[in-house]
Amino acid sequence: MSNQNGRFGIHGGQYIPEALMNAVIELEEAYNKYKNDPEFNRELQELLNEYAGRPSRLYYAEKMTKDLGGAKIYLKREDLNHTGSHKINNVLGQALLAKKMGKTRLIAETGAGQHGVATATAAALMNMECVVFMGEEDTIRQALNVYRMRLLGATVVPVKSGTATLKDAVSEAMREWTSRIDDTHYCLGSVMGPHPFPTIVRDFQAVISKEIKEQILDKEGRLPDAVIACVGGGSNSIGTFYNFIEDKGVRLIGCEAAGHGIDTFETAATINTGKLGIFHGMKSYFCQDEYGQIAPVYSISAGLDYPGVGPEHAYLHDIGRAEYVPVTDEEAVCAFEYLSRTEGIIPAIESAHAVAHAMKIAPTMSPDQIIVITISGRGDKDCAAIARYRGEDLHE
Amino acid sequence: MNRIADSFNNNKAFIAFITCGDPDLETTGAAVREAVKNGADLIELGIPFSDPTAEGPVIQGANLRALTAGITTDKVFDFVRDLRKDVTVPLVFMTYANVVFSYGTERFVKTCREVGIDGIILPDVPFEEKEDFAPTCRKYDVAFISLIAPTSGERIAMIAREAEGFIYVVSSLGVTGTRSEIKTDLKSIVDVIRGVTDIPCAIGFGISTPEQAAKMSALSDGAIVGSAIIKYLEKYGTEAPKYIGEYVKSMKDAM
Repeated sequence: MSNQNGRFGIHGGQYIPEALMNAVIELEEAYNKYKNDPEFNRELQELLNEYAGRPSRLYYAEKMTKDLGGAKIYLKREDLNHTGSHKINNVLGQALLAKKMGKTRLIAETGAGQHGVATATAAALMNMECVVFMGEEDTIRQALNVYRMRLLGATVVPVKSGTATLKDAVSEAMREWTSRIDDTHYCLGSVMGPHPFPTIVRDFQAVISKEIKEQILDKEGRLPDAVIACVGGGSNSIGTFYNFIEDKGVRLIGCEAAGHGIDTFETAATINTGKLGIFHGMKSYFCQDEYGQIAPVYSISAGLDYPGVGPEHAYLHDIGRAEYVPVTDEEAVCAFEYLSRTEGIIPAIESAHAVAHAMKIAPTMSPDQIIVITISGRGDKDCAAIARYRGEDLHE
Repeated sequence: MNRIADSFNNNKAFIAFITCGDPDLETTGAAVREAVKNGADLIELGIPFSDPTAEGPVIQGANLRALTAGITTDKVFDFVRDLRKDVTVPLVFMTYANVVFSYGTERFVKTCREVGIDGIILPDVPFEEKEDFAPTCRKYDVAFISLIAPTSGERIAMIAREAEGFIYVVSSLGVTGTRSEIKTDLKSIVDVIRGVTDIPCAIGFGISTPEQAAKMSALSDGAIVGSAIIKYLEKYGTEAPKYIGEYVKSMKDAM
């Protein structure tokens, strides 16, 4: 879907310091060499199946379906993957690629900590050094994941600059990569940043929609009417959308974190409130002020607390192929509690944004229609924060 | 356009970087005038950006102080208009792509021309993406200044051939900030540049001492110093200009 310069319509590109240009060119060449290499794909497939536990289940949420009284609801269970989220799909691909490129060290940014944990896991498995940059604010919100990363042998660097959240972690990882390129691969966690990252990460996450398609055809003999996923940078959502883009009958719905609401400044809903800009290596939509200063965004979910969105999403929005809807903290927390009680599945607070929107539209649809919600991660990491949101004095 | 070329004409150029509005524009104005009085040949004016990904902690701090104090692109343009009443050395902006893009590239560059800005440096716009900005800069006779890094390798000649104003040679890998030692083989990089263009090249990143300034300007046409100057602003605030003047003199004397 992207052209040679990594453009998705007008979005994408490579807006990075000259010092990194040869690194991204080298990465693109390596990716082009290995992406169709049978041996590379065999190794990756084995890791995904035997180590990460793929394919992930497509589960018919019967109680939820009956309770909401509309469309039939399936859950794509990325939360059941090893390390507890979809992040492992991309990380195993990139770590294997980095290894083939002769790199011995992985660096990564992380918001909620899911991508950091996945990267630390892959580094442990593949004998690589690992350094994870995490906003100091997030190291407090997600203390358990910080411990996990350290347990796995990674170094976690708390980032104090800016708003001390995900965007600052990305900036710091980019700065680190600029200073040490030879032995280091920047294992970017979302479909963002400079080309070729949005394409590489999308390709490694596209396994989600590839499996959904096979599984739903097997179970229902037809394609779903809508697929729904949460969007921060947009990796689990692009993975959920990708193999349905050509199937015009399938609605693609991305759920953005509205925080306290898109009519407030405390929001992270980029497509709903942002404007076109250039940041973190790409042209896309960003939350920013009138002078282009990047806005300090807010969401209860550390993983969606990012002021930009991947360039392919910006393009899918421009051409009207995908819809991007805002979901507030309160709606997401209600969905978090609802799915826990109704199906016995505790979703990540990120994924709960997608569940919340499905709860709104399912009752308006007919019982012969089908919705697939991607549960991008599990919610154990969020329990303490949600308890505090509900006024309980619970700390990890 | 010529003010930039002229500044390299007589001898080695000393280029001073100062973030606009740190801690306020009055101090920036005083610091620029002190630097010029003490021998600075060209001034790089930083327009603050919320997320300066090419900067080390010192200049990040300057950006934050300036933005917290309420600096905007329009205030910077007004400041330059005023500065130009008596400052004649070339002035170039150093900022990030989104600051220019969000203002409207055409409107931004046209205003640069009007207020007397001679060039623009955007560290997050490499050769591959310069078509977003360079043609507009040419239209208004504002130099779009290119950077060359220690990792540029076979890209050096390609970048140098299309360079305008001067070439900013990045001395070391990583972000801006002072370094005790610069290890890159800069002579080889400068040799390649000199083989394809007559445009002057100056070395920046990591330079803080008179010895480094002497060494770097001997290898090229000039030395660029940022973090070492900003440290005075960090330490002395509105009292910094006189220290900056003394510092610039010590650097310029060594070159």
